[in-house]
Amino acid sequence: MADLSIDFAGIKSPNPFWLASGPLTNTGYQVSKAFDEGWGGAVWKTIGDPVINVSARLASIDYGGRRMMGLNNIELISDRPLDDNLREIAEVKRRFPHHAVIVSMMFESNPQIWAEMVKRVQDTGADGIELNFGCPHGMSERGMGSIIGQVPEYAQTITRYAADGSSLPVIVKLTPNVTDVRPPGKAAIQGGADALSLINTINSVMGVDIDSWMPIPQIDGRGSHGGYCGPAVKPIALHMLSSLYNDRAVRVPLCGIGGIETWRDAVEFLLLGAGAVQVCTAAMHYGFRIINDLTQGLNDYLDQRGIAQVNQIVGKAAMRVGDWNDLRLSYSYQLVANIHADQCIGCNLCYVACEDGAHQCIDRIPGQKAPVVREADCVGCNLCSLVCPVPDCIEMVPVEHAVSETWRQRQERLTSFS
Amino acid sequence: MAIVLNQDHRFEEVVPPFEPSEAMDEALRCYYCYDAPCIKACPTGINIPVFIRQIANHDVKAAARTIMDANILGATCARICPTEALCEGGCVRKEDSRPVSIGRLQRVAMDHAMTSDYLPLPDIGVHGQGRVAVVGAGPAGLGAATALTRMGYVVEVFEEKPEGGGLDTYGIVSYREPLSVSLWEVDLVHKLGTTFHFGTRIGRDIEWEGLRAQFDAVIIAVGLGRVPKMGILGEDLAGVWDALDLVEATKTMALDDIDIGRQVAVIGAGNTAVDAATCAKRLGAEEVTIVYRRDQTAMSAYQYEYEFAKQDGVSYKWWTVPVQVLGNHRVQGLRCARTQVVAGADKNSREADLQLLPGSEFVLPVDTVIRAIGQTKPSALWDEIGAETRNHRVVVDDETFSTSLSGVYAIGDCLGRGGEATVVAAVADGKKVAWAVHQQLTRTNERSV
Repeated sequence: MADLSIDFAGIKSPNPFWLASGPLTNTGYQVSKAFDEGWGGAVWKTIGDPVINVSARLASIDYGGRRMMGLNNIELISDRPLDDNLREIAEVKRRFPHHAVIVSMMFESNPQIWAEMVKRVQDTGADGIELNFGCPHGMSERGMGSIIGQVPEYAQTITRYAADGSSLPVIVKLTPNVTDVRPPGKAAIQGGADALSLINTINSVMGVDIDSWMPIPQIDGRGSHGGYCGPAVKPIALHMLSSLYNDRAVRVPLCGIGGIETWRDAVEFLLLGAGAVQVCTAAMHYGFRIINDLTQGLNDYLDQRGIAQVNQIVGKAAMRVGDWNDLRLSYSYQLVANIHADQCIGCNLCYVACEDGAHQCIDRIPGQKAPVVREADCVGCNLCSLVCPVPDCIEMVPVEHAVSETWRQRQERLTSFS
Repeated sequence: MAIVLNQDHRFEEVVPPFEPSEAMDEALRCYYCYDAPCIKACPTGINIPVFIRQIANHDVKAAARTIMDANILGATCARICPTEALCEGGCVRKEDSRPVSIGRLQRVAMDHAMTSDYLPLPDIGVHGQGRVAVVGAGPAGLGAATALTRMGYVVEVFEEKPEGGGLDTYGIVSYREPLSVSLWEVDLVHKLGTTFHFGTRIGRDIEWEGLRAQFDAVIIAVGLGRVPKMGILGEDLAGVWDALDLVEATKTMALDDIDIGRQVAVIGAGNTAVDAATCAKRLGAEEVTIVYRRDQTAMSAYQYEYEFAKQDGVSYKWWTVPVQVLGNHRVQGLRCARTQVVAGADKNSREADLQLLPGSEFVLPVDTVIRAIGQTKPSALWDEIGAETRNHRVVVDDETFSTSLSGVYAIGDCLGRGGEATVVAAVADGKKVAWAVHQQLTRTNERSV
């Protein structure tokens, strides 16, 4: 059995799977149940001045018969009295001393309020605090949430308000609604953040009912932008995670969030630099019980590779994600598609995709089921192998050329000649 | 005279419709192949990936339009096509999973069309002028009439029976295809603009030469005749049925008025034999036996029909041939003999010569005998109109279906081509002959200008 326990910025947890702040972590009942079922930690639903919500609050997009490929919410932070939340946090922590309880916080930009609130959270026995600088709807329009995360100076200032009075690790949760996540991330670290978590939800309008012309979701005939999450956002999260992990100025642990549904998703986040991960949509969809698959799957994965401790894989793939200019150019290294005729079922999807959407290098042979790649014209774009419904039927075969050169090397070579 | 629809529960459609969620799951299994093999495997070339995608996109009405654009009898074909030999046999998913249930998805679209308002079909893009007569309102005739009407021709269909649809209406058991489906399709062709003359037989109610004179082209699509006699003693006794008459009776009479007896022998092993046997079971016969002179490997019924009859409790007597129907006024038994292939012949071949086993005769105690040994060819018709024949089959051009008579065409089962006679192939014939007629009449019109 691999050791799944982690120490994330001083927060200890029996496994790296935490529930993200949201509807799953609204009450002591829910968090206790989640811990009973095996979750390692939970980030309590953001506390602040209690809000009043609207109804409906969620909408999703489905794809290919699967529900909730993407989920959008316009729910605000906790609508429960602060005292109730703090009391239940303390109760949960007493019952589960070895699980991680992190309290998400969002208050107005006033240092006294922050100092007082951080003190009260510390008194609950919680293991850490997470500053919600990411919520893109509602709260941002009141000067909180993503409006803070989008402006590095604000992020630094508010982090300082919280960190100065805190003996607990401070995690800053970043918004993806920025062109580059690194400046606000680094600003938070300068403000005293002990760790970063990302991503929060992405600003979105879920859709329009084409019969009624109403936005989705609609609240008595009106809609608003909301925060988008779920499996569809994972690639965006992975990009932002790796960009921070690979930044030399970022020396704090990173907690990965965004579309994690299976242990495989989690491993990807770990490999790109996440020291812990947070899950929300998948558990909202299927319930806390998915934790068994997550922990067993991760354990089996590590055991199969003889890896004793989960932290040994953190960041192991990150260094391979970088600048386009450091990729070998196609005259140096190229892929060529190879259709394995014995596996081909004859759907011709590769043919039409290449013909219309790529480089017209797949030919159909009369009387033959499998199309054939005209290798000399194939640029190795991958499209045919992506549309092929048969796993491994189309193999992308690497072709090494004599030279090894990236764009950066090419520019250097050309400059050195002049 | 309109047909009285039989709604008897004993003859309810056996294959249930897909539930909406089943249809969606199944539609999403389609890979939307390019130049899809299922289209090529459909004689009428229905754009199957497109109609399935339309179902998946909740555009069920558009899916029905896609189907009917290629095959006006889409509702019938959704039920009775041998799909595993056609579209589903071509489906690429048989390689990596199981074929998409194209037939049942087609039924989803067509069931929707049947309960919706009339759906205009797209412009066929071909326009002609002239008058075309179609003799016979079965699948081939309806296919031809539809295509020509959509091209702009004045089309009149002459049908001997009181209703259109041919075998779809009179010869397919209701638990495979409810009568309402076939009649709806005939009505659809009527709504497209085709004129129908029911109860009208050529040579009896209307002169053949007069018909030729009134129309620029005549398409003969009369199908095949009744089941031939077996040529054995006693086969005119009460209690001996033509299988097609029996099926027709189940669709046009109250079921309780059909006297099927208690013990039934069905002679033959094609799809009609299976239909007759399962009809007899549903009508209350206690024992139904299919009697066939060869065995299962040579029988021409589809495998699923064979299984269906077995599930209905029908038993099979292989290597058996009837030699005499016994009885004074009505059937009291069937004297049979055992058969075997002659020495050296392949016992799995439908062509192998057979011989009777000496001393093998026995009597099957039955009170009903149903013969289902094929259908007669309309050779008298060809002689009557003077069309050239070969081996009692009318001679037609492979491409145009034109007979030796100028402006006269013949399509569908009446060609007596043998092999698989399917509704979908008949509709395809109709579409092909429509194109040939159009080309011929366009040339004629150009010359006369």
